Amino acid sequence: MKVLTIARALNEALDVALEKDAQVMLLGEDVGRTGGVFRVTDGLQERHGAGRVVDTPVAESGIVGVAFGLAVGGMRPVAEMQFMGFSYPAFDQVINHVSRIRNRSRHRFTAPMVIRIPYGGGIGAAEHHSESAEAIYAHTPGLKVVVPATPYDAKGLLLAAINDPDPVVFCEPIRLYRSVKEEVPDGWYEVPIGEARVERTGEDITLITWGAMTTEVRGAATALEAEGVSVEVIDLRSLVPLDTDTIEASVEKTGRVVIVHEAPKTAGFGAEVAALIAERCLYSLEAPVRRVTGWDSVFPLKRSEHQYLPSVERIVRAARQTLET
Amino acid sequence: MRQRLTPSGGVEGDPPIDIQLTRRLYRAMVFARTYDRKGTALQKQGRLATYAPFEGQEAAQIGAAAGLQPNDWVVATYRDAALMWAQGYPWELLFAGRTGDERGGSPPEHVPVMPPSITVGGHMVHAVGLAWAEKLNGTGRIALTSFGDGATSEGDFHEAMNFAAVYDIGCIFFCQNNGYAISLPREMQTRSTSIAEKAIAYGMPGVQVDGNDLFAVYEAVHDAAERARAGGGPTLIEAVTYRIGPHTTSDDPKRYRSDDEVSEWKRRDPLERVRIYLAERGAWDEEWQATIEAEAAAEIDRAIELAENMPPLGPGEILDAMFETLPPHLERQRAELLENLT
Repeated sequence: MKVLTIARALNEALDVALEKDAQVMLLGEDVGRTGGVFRVTDGLQERHGAGRVVDTPVAESGIVGVAFGLAVGGMRPVAEMQFMGFSYPAFDQVINHVSRIRNRSRHRFTAPMVIRIPYGGGIGAAEHHSESAEAIYAHTPGLKVVVPATPYDAKGLLLAAINDPDPVVFCEPIRLYRSVKEEVPDGWYEVPIGEARVERTGEDITLITWGAMTTEVRGAATALEAEGVSVEVIDLRSLVPLDTDTIEASVEKTGRVVIVHEAPKTAGFGAEVAALIAERCLYSLEAPVRRVTGWDSVFPLKRSEHQYLPSVERIVRAARQTLET
Repeated sequence: MRQRLTPSGGVEGDPPIDIQLTRRLYRAMVFARTYDRKGTALQKQGRLATYAPFEGQEAAQIGAAAGLQPNDWVVATYRDAALMWAQGYPWELLFAGRTGDERGGSPPEHVPVMPPSITVGGHMVHAVGLAWAEKLNGTGRIALTSFGDGATSEGDFHEAMNFAAVYDIGCIFFCQNNGYAISLPREMQTRSTSIAEKAIAYGMPGVQVDGNDLFAVYEAVHDAAERARAGGGPTLIEAVTYRIGPHTTSDDPKRYRSDDEVSEWKRRDPLERVRIYLAERGAWDEEWQATIEAEAAAEIDRAIELAENMPPLGPGEILDAMFETLPPHLERQRAELLENLT
């Protein structure tokens, strides 16, 4: 096993998939010659050829729409959007075609494809480069939506996504690309889509998060534990399908929940999680469910990012309030 | 504008297809017109949802399919039933789609035709992807995507044309310029002199043909298909035609075009000129006309019966094709749906 960053783990997953399955191909802006804006596809064109790791024209709708045609035609395309804010021109293709071809043809045509989308802020990027729009994709029937937060999950979930018979929107937390490292197995392995990861078990409170916010939640959990609080941390990993059993079991145990995400609050995916908890285990709750999220604002530019991003302190404060209720 | 068969049935140069094939395609056009008129009639009786008639465009659609191989992909629109049928899509499934049944979008396994695109223009990139997949797999198959003049203003038209040209993909862009995008005349859609000339900007050939001329359409598509199959890349074909009917059964074309204009186009009827051509060569008579009209009526009636007798989707089945395997949250929603139906 090698110690890898998320970026390297994703690179390995793509390499393994290209090696194993002749139908797999990568498409995107700058994915070939430069290895992608985040270098996730570094070296893959050299190893697998320009016919399988394809530098495309600057055309997001075209990339996703052409990948869709490739998928219906029997290929296993992995399309890369450079940033989540640049995925919106392709949204018509995603919602009107990719997500619904299986239903509108009653299984006759399918689109087994992956759309990789780097997302989230905290790196002081230009406008439109820091969005977290996972809830928009999760709200679209017919898509699976996954968000890895560790190198092990990044590789295993990406291979599961490539192998999935249905389209998967694969959200990659930009801030974590090179900030987290761990041992990652060689070769092909899959992390099942639809299973949450319990990062640490505890008795007093459950912190639920995914993707980019796992670092802050980890920090908050450590701080709370130093105060003697027993904290359970759930990294959802997969928003659709959602592992409601793991959430339910945890809420029944702790009775107190804080949901943390970077996306804006209103109609964010945290609202879905909170509603599910209300529907399924309201009577296990000892306190109202709290959300620590981005604000309902445009994602701020570099100098004001810290005002927007949920911090360890905000999470700790919300957890304390929840514990005191 | 290239023309091979004039409105009076005269032919320019050698005909591109023999008499037997011309008779077969004429018969197909009669079937198409029968289906189309039935579609409008059934909609007026409330038996079909909104219907988008294609009368006047039969030569464009039947001619285009005739220029392809039977296993070439067709990715078309809601106004392309004749084209889709000619490439193998059964009439009853075309009707089923219009009765409001998703199974109308599910052609048999061997039929290389996507269900019709309802959004305008978004499907052209799919044809590029399909043709690319065939190229990568070395099957020799190509794709034809059909769209109207209005769709050429969509961004995806540009992205599809550009992708296909950059990668030399065997995709035929087949534009049926029928004069109007709902109410907007072609002249207000683009300042380009023709739609075909847009091809120049993408570095691919563009051909403008008389879309009511079976021979010209057949020849243009056939040539483009053979070129694509040989690795020569994409072609844009503009078939200039006219929609005799409304955009759909829910609009009144009198609000945006004159009766005189419609009468003028009726004189350029795509079936009539083939009929004259065949008659002058002793390959058409009243008796054969009566025979094929009866065959068409029987075939279309049978298709309607099949479509209307298809039982609706069963309880909960609207969820069953969202994914290959129903995930737990949809299992729960399905149970809730069933509870509410009983």
